[in-house]
Amino acid sequence: MTARTMPARPGEPDAAPRPLPWRRMAGVTWRQHRLALIGVVVLLAALAVWLWHAGTSVHNAYAAALACHPASSAACGNLVNNFDVSAENHFMGSKGPGGVLLQLLPALIGAFVGAPVLARELETGTFRYAWTQGFGRWRWALAKLALLAVVLAAATAAFGALVSWYYQPYSGVFYQDSPFGNLFILRQVTFPAWTLAVFAIGALAGMLIRRVVPAIVATLAVYAGLAFAAAAFLREHYLTPLATSNMNISLPGASTAWIISQWSTKGGSFAFGGSPPVSLINQYCSTVPPDKIGPLGFAPCLAQHGYTMWTSYQPATRFWPFQWIEGGWLVALSALLIAVTVWLVQRRAA
Amino acid sequence: MNVVEASGLGKRYGRTWALRDCTLEIPAGRVSALVGPNGAGKTTLLNMTVGLSAPSAGAVTVLGGRRPGSPAALDGIAFVAQDTPLYKNLRVTDMIAVTRSLNRRFDQRYALGRLDELGIPPKRKSGKLSGGQQAQLALTLALARRPRLLVLDEPVAALDPVARHDFMATVLAAASADGVSVLLSSHVLTELERVARYLVLMSRGQVQLAGGVDDLLAAHGQASLEELALHYLRDATPEVTR
Repeated sequence: MTARTMPARPGEPDAAPRPLPWRRMAGVTWRQHRLALIGVVVLLAALAVWLWHAGTSVHNAYAAALACHPASSAACGNLVNNFDVSAENHFMGSKGPGGVLLQLLPALIGAFVGAPVLARELETGTFRYAWTQGFGRWRWALAKLALLAVVLAAATAAFGALVSWYYQPYSGVFYQDSPFGNLFILRQVTFPAWTLAVFAIGALAGMLIRRVVPAIVATLAVYAGLAFAAAAFLREHYLTPLATSNMNISLPGASTAWIISQWSTKGGSFAFGGSPPVSLINQYCSTVPPDKIGPLGFAPCLAQHGYTMWTSYQPATRFWPFQWIEGGWLVALSALLIAVTVWLVQRRAA
Repeated sequence: MNVVEASGLGKRYGRTWALRDCTLEIPAGRVSALVGPNGAGKTTLLNMTVGLSAPSAGAVTVLGGRRPGSPAALDGIAFVAQDTPLYKNLRVTDMIAVTRSLNRRFDQRYALGRLDELGIPPKRKSGKLSGGQQAQLALTLALARRPRLLVLDEPVAALDPVARHDFMATVLAAASADGVSVLLSSHVLTELERVARYLVLMSRGQVQLAGGVDDLLAAHGQASLEELALHYLRDATPEVTR
């Protein structure tokens, strides 16, 4: 501590002014957010290994059943049955809890990475350091948010591709699942898009709330509302549903279509929506066995009395258009939220 | 050239004016001190000077007419905020790399040499350093940017006497050897005695007195900065501390 007067000499090569390209933020962002990014990659990688392992057994059962000749033999029937059981009872299948748990991924990743980006700076006061450096505060915010968004999108898109691979046998020859129902928000388009949207919501919430934990909570709440709205109200309207009077379209497990609604007509005019009214059943169909009830169960009986059952549906061929429509509006929303956040960083007084 | 020029500058938070009708010219090439009790408006004035917040009234320019927060102003001004905020989970070397990345100009050799002199371990996380070391690290990062103006908000308030002395020695060395203009705020008067050549006395959101320290002492017949400040601030400011 004797020589504490080491001067900063102007003119040394070290101190010559250099340009400030955007790529300088790559190192800054990595140093500050490596824990979060490594955490996301490790989490997704671990889940991917597990999903790959699980998917391999379902794929193998499917391939064995598919390769069996002659298909009508009892041995082949057993293999098909094996596949059905394996697909249904699997952790990710219709009787497993895996799908529900995985649906939390976009929310958790987006909120835990996005909300602290600005909230932590504001909570700890380091924004006074960051926003007074030569890089400039709006460039700092935009570069940081864009870089994190790209990394999250790449990681989640890769995981989404694996989810789609996992579900291939579910929409195959033996087992006709609707692809709209099997983790629609975790595919290679929607998973990155939802993650980006939650990330952007988190960044804005952090900027507005200025504290990490409340910002994460608020982000999860907004996500829950948005995800519910998308699933319950928006998604079925992305494209106008088709309508058919073919009843096979709505047989569970035998159709890949997504059923939107059902109604019946008589003589070309609307008769009732959904299930037939009790009066009609008592009048014509009181003898239908109890295991056949529901709109579909009564349809053959009512058809004999001049009723036609209609089903509006989204065919499985629209899976990818729907992926891109949902991905499109989510990415547009994310871009808008990030733009607002960057604008607030530039404008908001400390 | 003046490093800071303010005319009719004011800042309002809600219905309260944190700073009112502030007109100032702080000259370049020396250490200037903003002195006043807590709540006098010092931090408000400094935040507007470094571009962290925008005026509600009037105008302020820096480095000879530049707008605070503009690229040229950001390049030329280094700011060490109150409590010297650092990324606590980053190592000292990471803080150096981050600051180097974020600035057009950064003297890495100076930064490393200075930290070595101070005995600050480069591999340690900045949150694990002592208060005095954190303050020195923040100051070193600011000086390595080769600013024309160094702005320090309450730099020594949280430091023990030895750390205070060492910190101010670094500031003085930069000011005298490299001609860096320094603007610092403090409610601690004793440390300013040796360093400040220009004084701005503030209280209750207003500038009470501004001028060269020697001129002020002569004109007001006071023997020391402390007496001068106490004389001017006593009524409004029971909490001015030694």
